[in-house]
Amino acid sequence: MSDMWINMGPQHPMNHGLWNLKVRVDGEIVVESIPVLGYLHRGVEKLCEKRDYNQIIPLMDRLCYVSSLTWSHAYCISVEEMMGLEVPDRAKYLRVIALELQRVASHLMWLAAFAPDLGMFSAYLYSMREREHFLDMLQWLTGARMNQNYPRIGGVRNDMPAGFPDRCFKELDYFEKKLEQYKQLFDDNKLFRMRTMGVGVLSKEDALDLGVTGPALRGSNCPIDMRTHDPYEVYDELDWEVQVGKEGDVFSRYAVRMGEMRESCRIIRDALKKIPDGPVRVKAPLRPTGQGFRRTEDSRGEALIYVIGQGGESPYRLKIRSPIFAIMRAVPVMLKGTSVADLLAIMGSVDICIGDTDK
Amino acid sequence: MSSWINLYNISYAIGEFLMGIVAAILNFFGQWIGPLSDFADWLMSVNVLNLVAIFIGGAAVMVFVSIINLFIIMWIERKMYGRIHDRRGIMLPGPWKKTHKGTGFLQNLADGMKLIQKELITPKNADKWMYDIAPAIIATTSILAFVAIPFSETFYVANINAGLIFILAILAIAPLAVVLAGWSSNNKFTLIGGLRGAALMLSYEIPLILSVIGVILLSGSLNPIEIVHAQQQTSVLGVENWYIIPLFPAVIVFMVALFAELERLPFDLPEAEAELVEGWLTEYSGMRFGLVFVSKWVRTYAGAALITILFLGGWSGPVLPGELWFIIKSYIVFVIIVWATWSFPRSRIDQIVRIGWNWLIPIAIISIVIAAAFKWVGWF
Repeated sequence: MSDMWINMGPQHPMNHGLWNLKVRVDGEIVVESIPVLGYLHRGVEKLCEKRDYNQIIPLMDRLCYVSSLTWSHAYCISVEEMMGLEVPDRAKYLRVIALELQRVASHLMWLAAFAPDLGMFSAYLYSMREREHFLDMLQWLTGARMNQNYPRIGGVRNDMPAGFPDRCFKELDYFEKKLEQYKQLFDDNKLFRMRTMGVGVLSKEDALDLGVTGPALRGSNCPIDMRTHDPYEVYDELDWEVQVGKEGDVFSRYAVRMGEMRESCRIIRDALKKIPDGPVRVKAPLRPTGQGFRRTEDSRGEALIYVIGQGGESPYRLKIRSPIFAIMRAVPVMLKGTSVADLLAIMGSVDICIGDTDK
Repeated sequence: MSSWINLYNISYAIGEFLMGIVAAILNFFGQWIGPLSDFADWLMSVNVLNLVAIFIGGAAVMVFVSIINLFIIMWIERKMYGRIHDRRGIMLPGPWKKTHKGTGFLQNLADGMKLIQKELITPKNADKWMYDIAPAIIATTSILAFVAIPFSETFYVANINAGLIFILAILAIAPLAVVLAGWSSNNKFTLIGGLRGAALMLSYEIPLILSVIGVILLSGSLNPIEIVHAQQQTSVLGVENWYIIPLFPAVIVFMVALFAELERLPFDLPEAEAELVEGWLTEYSGMRFGLVFVSKWVRTYAGAALITILFLGGWSGPVLPGELWFIIKSYIVFVIIVWATWSFPRSRIDQIVRIGWNWLIPIAIISIVIAAAFKWVGWF
């Protein structure tokens, strides 16, 4: 059989989102691959130039539909940097709690997408079941399950409800028990290890050269996490560890994400214990000038928002750096020479979210 | 075991009753037309009634396999993997409660009705003849396997001497249709799926047959009924000589090879829905798809029935009638198959082929050696 091009997308079970992966296969072996993006481009950056600073927060929520809180937070923190605004401590802790709840929910959504790619449909429903608990917590804290619109410039929208820490501890206990079950379901599963170990290896050098960030980079034995590398909020005061994988293969990326879920639980616990009293929001100045540039650790990698204000109602320019947009560059490197079946595992391990990639 | 309630006697009685009505009518007209009375006498002769009984019995087996049993096993699978998924599974369509506590027994019927209403789409550049015939080949061969599968001493369609070979051969035709469908659909995904089907067949047909050789050695027969008879004798262990005990490695090999043969989940590469959309089935729609989809369950049941016959003593068991024992055992095997299906991720094609050649074939050969040794010692 000679080479042929296969269009994996825009309508294909592999695509978690609207994009296209053109693959040239020789039999089952991938010779060449070209990711085609842009199907979901909504012009968010341009939209931001016509709205005032607070109106942009809900827009940022809609960048990524799986991990929306991290994006609105990335925006708020950049704008605060631009304004030189100091956020109250309680607000910082609340933000961390909300962010980590969102991160676990997002990682569970990733697991729900990754496992059916490997044919484990059962795991999809299991992780969606667990995600529901975290969405419940987020709903209780922020009022919404999906587009929370919770961070504000200068703090957060509301304080946490009464009884929130107790219920949170209970849910975390439950989830940590479930994580042990997942360990048995995945790590101890010979077929799962056969499918993921040694597949889609991304070396540390390649990962750094191609601008790969997030769990994909940490899976390649590179302990760069923006939460410690360039600390924001109160992450440096909390008790947790950066998760690093050794091999750079699909299994490492999987293990990093599973470890991050465990660490997120630790962070939430610690933050709930250490949270101080005080206001949750300060007044933000109107019509700011300057530029804000802050890197945050999204669930998928380094989320960066660069905002320039020139004294107007709305920012002069807002630039979004999406982690998956950079990782897409590494996809052809990871895919070269693998088989069509491994393509699924590799693309699943990247955790693609087209919402923020296409902006 | 030898109760009078068996398929042959019942169908003989039904046939006698129906033929009696026909003969009475013919005799009535025979008052005026002489030869009709002779014809009626011939119809009531034992040989003709035997033939009618066999026809009725065969029809009964086919109806059971392809309608009643099919709906039951489809329901079992869907309900069971629903529970494995921690959800309720099908629950609404059914004759009983229409709430979340309902059984949803008729869901498959509803799905079938929907599929019948769908348009049959043939791709523009498809090879029409091959494209049309592939689902038919799969459906017919799947049901035809039950011709040689006996449900009990008397509940069978045909008592074929080389029945085992017939069953294995007829089940091995389906991968050919998979390649046919994959090629004729003129689609890249179906092509890859079809070729994967061929690769699977090459690597799993051999251990499947090798694992059966031990049974043939021990029982000394290729006839499924004789194989079950051989298992009903008492072995050295003092219990019935079910071959699962001496030939345990062969059961494992047979089971694993069966998953590949049936294209079930750890080995469902020809239709890996995540990577190849729906594999070689991608272009099929409507009842063509439905036929293939349903045949999968028929084949699964054929596999479960084969395991029951070869290793689990067929219909032998105390108190209950043989047919019931057979169905209980085969359903248990089916449940195990479903359980394994929904707990494992999909394997990769090179890994599957490697497992087939590196592990299954040696184990199957070892089981043959074990069987030969036992036969020589005379234990089992």
